[in-house]
Amino acid sequence: MSRHTLSVLVEDKPGVLTRVAALFARRAFNIDQLAVGSTEVPGLSRMTVVVDAEGDALEQVTKQLNKLIHVIKIVELPPETSVQREHVMIKVRADAATRLQVTQAADLFRASIVDVSTDSVVIEATGATEKLKALLDVLEPFGVREIVRAGTLALGRGPKSMSDRALRH
Amino acid sequence: MSKGQSISPALMANKRADTSADRRASHETSVVAPEVPGSQQVVEPIAMSGSQAVIRSLEELGVTDVFGLPGGAILPTYDPLLETTTINHILVRHEQGAGHAAEGYAMASGRVGVCIATSGPGATNLVTALADANMDSIPMVAITGQVSSTLIGSDAFQEADIVGMTMPITKHSYLVTDAQDIPRVLAEAFHLASTGRPGPVLVDIAKDAQVAQMEFSWPPTLDLPGYRPVARGHAKQIREAARLMAQAQRPVLYVGGGSIKANASEVLEDLVEASGAPVVTTLTARGVFPDSHDQHLGMPGMHGTVPAVYAMQQADLLITLGARFDDRVTGVLPTFAPGAKVIHADIDPAEISKNRTADVPIVGDLASIIPELTEAFRAETERTDVPDLSAWWRTLNGLKKSYPLGWTATEDGLLAPQYVIQKLSELTGPEAVYVSGVGQHQMWSSQFVTYERPRQWLNSAGLGTMGFAVPAAMGAQVSQPNRAVWAIDGDGCFQMTNQELATCVLNNIPIKVAVINNSSLGMVRQWQTLFYDGRYSHTHLNTGHESRRVPDFVKLGDAYGCATFRCEREEDVEATIKAALEVNDRPVVIDFVVSADAMVWPMVPSGVSNDQIQVAQNMTPEWVGEDEGAGA
Repeated sequence: MSRHTLSVLVEDKPGVLTRVAALFARRAFNIDQLAVGSTEVPGLSRMTVVVDAEGDALEQVTKQLNKLIHVIKIVELPPETSVQREHVMIKVRADAATRLQVTQAADLFRASIVDVSTDSVVIEATGATEKLKALLDVLEPFGVREIVRAGTLALGRGPKSMSDRALRH
Repeated sequence: MSKGQSISPALMANKRADTSADRRASHETSVVAPEVPGSQQVVEPIAMSGSQAVIRSLEELGVTDVFGLPGGAILPTYDPLLETTTINHILVRHEQGAGHAAEGYAMASGRVGVCIATSGPGATNLVTALADANMDSIPMVAITGQVSSTLIGSDAFQEADIVGMTMPITKHSYLVTDAQDIPRVLAEAFHLASTGRPGPVLVDIAKDAQVAQMEFSWPPTLDLPGYRPVARGHAKQIREAARLMAQAQRPVLYVGGGSIKANASEVLEDLVEASGAPVVTTLTARGVFPDSHDQHLGMPGMHGTVPAVYAMQQADLLITLGARFDDRVTGVLPTFAPGAKVIHADIDPAEISKNRTADVPIVGDLASIIPELTEAFRAETERTDVPDLSAWWRTLNGLKKSYPLGWTATEDGLLAPQYVIQKLSELTGPEAVYVSGVGQHQMWSSQFVTYERPRQWLNSAGLGTMGFAVPAAMGAQVSQPNRAVWAIDGDGCFQMTNQELATCVLNNIPIKVAVINNSSLGMVRQWQTLFYDGRYSHTHLNTGHESRRVPDFVKLGDAYGCATFRCEREEDVEATIKAALEVNDRPVVIDFVVSADAMVWPMVPSGVSNDQIQVAQNMTPEWVGEDEGAGA
């Protein structure tokens, strides 16, 4: 199985997330990561879906997704020609003795401290999956209390716009 | 998928134009335009209620018949139904009957079938029919009432999330909470149901939206930016298909139900005759190509003919037109047609390379693809020699002669069901409509009725819905008042939906029901005979010979006011059918009491290759010696 990132441009209608998610479920796909949000075009949302799948199965689920009336366009974004970023917030145990080491670690990864208390800090970080994994590995010994992460966001490199081209039909 | 990563040749087939001429041709006509179906008559804005807008929209869409049953949440919409002069509403006895009637109406006529039900249980009773229509790509619009928008989500009386429930079994669905949306949503629903790959669309309308005032105007503007079904096949792919056809030694035209939806019967005949290739028609395609034609080998698959199954297994090229490599056709997939290249033309890109990888994918409407393919084949064979298929035909004709469809006399001396069905066909002819339920009688109807025209044969193929026949025949009869409509039903199926006989009697819908009564769930019983050592677990229904006959189908038919007959002997079959054909003022129910031991042959047992087809129990055709010239 290999990881694929799909960008799905959809009409912002009630139930569209259910339709997309249900379709993945019915074809026995695990959605690894999912991010949904509005776009530069009013009425259009963009879903970034990361799935583990083989080529033929991925092609089938993509074709099935294309049949959903609310789906406007689907693009696979390969890592070589796109920018892909994950977003994570990590609550780490940090008291007077360890706080400096924790903040230094965050600095090394260009992460920021967004909350500080007497015995913890919250670190916010953005980056590729591997970078965030490395950050977590470094923080682990201090004691990770909570992690929350958002699905990968991905955008093709270069001047082209997915919604622009989709709506020109 | 797009962005130049051609993951799927099938999907890209219509998009990757290689010459500017192709590009122009495909761009001008490649996508079905969003168009409001129906009259196109302009209606200036006029104030009315949402429920009046529902009926008015149906009128503008050209709907003349709807099947339904009212209830609380759809009550407002039933009120203006009293006033309409152009829509005939048929009150069914069960919502499932309305759903199958809408399907039968659509299948027999090609027009969108419409059914109406209330919220909650009314809507859930439509679920089976929606799933059935989705599997067999039947254009249908189901309108359901929903509780008021203010109550949605509160577990209100008769509330059910029917949009949520039916998402996987509809082409699309709507929940309408604003009366102003009603005309657009209904126009979109009809457009979606009837274009591209047809299918069922559900429109769930909240009660307060039915009651609210709105401003009606027509035609509405369709808003479907994500719906662009491909119309024309890609010219280069069609030329490539023609090239393969011109080289093939053992081609087979594998024709599915999509050819009927595309109204491609006539253009198909041209292609068949131009190519000289044998044709097989799947369960949903029976009739699209005449059974009487020499090049027709019959139905392929689990209960297909020996020549049809053999031809596909030995083919070097499958020219697949609107078929989907269903498991009932292919048997064990990796062993199916192992030597064949595949041309696959379908309007739904998702069907291409889903089960069997296509060598030449063509996405588009068969109505234009088939004549273009014929033309391309003629052009190709002007350059090269017309392929010599005589060795292929020698083999196939030998098989046709050695293994015709047939049956052996029953051992218990009871009536042979195959005989009854063959006589029905002989005495009624191809202008009638034949509708079946699901099981042995369905397979025998597919085998022993002679099909000569499209829309002559309706059945539940993909979903295999028992109980389909009576309500679907009712719908077919409404759309085809001048044709005889036979529901060939089983005793199991008949007991699932026969309440619609009341609807038929009261609305002068004179369908004819032939119950092939073997007193059991026959197909299940056949499997128990063959694969479970004759252990008949819960398949005896006590309706037939030497049973308690509960219910007595003749008395049941009498109770509904039908003309009724019982026939138990071969010598009475013809006279009974003739007498039934004389009745035109009410439905007919004939109880044909037949042998329970008759089995459907040929059969490819489940889980083995189609090569293992049996013509009778444990009897596989002798292939050796028949492969001469077939290169097998």
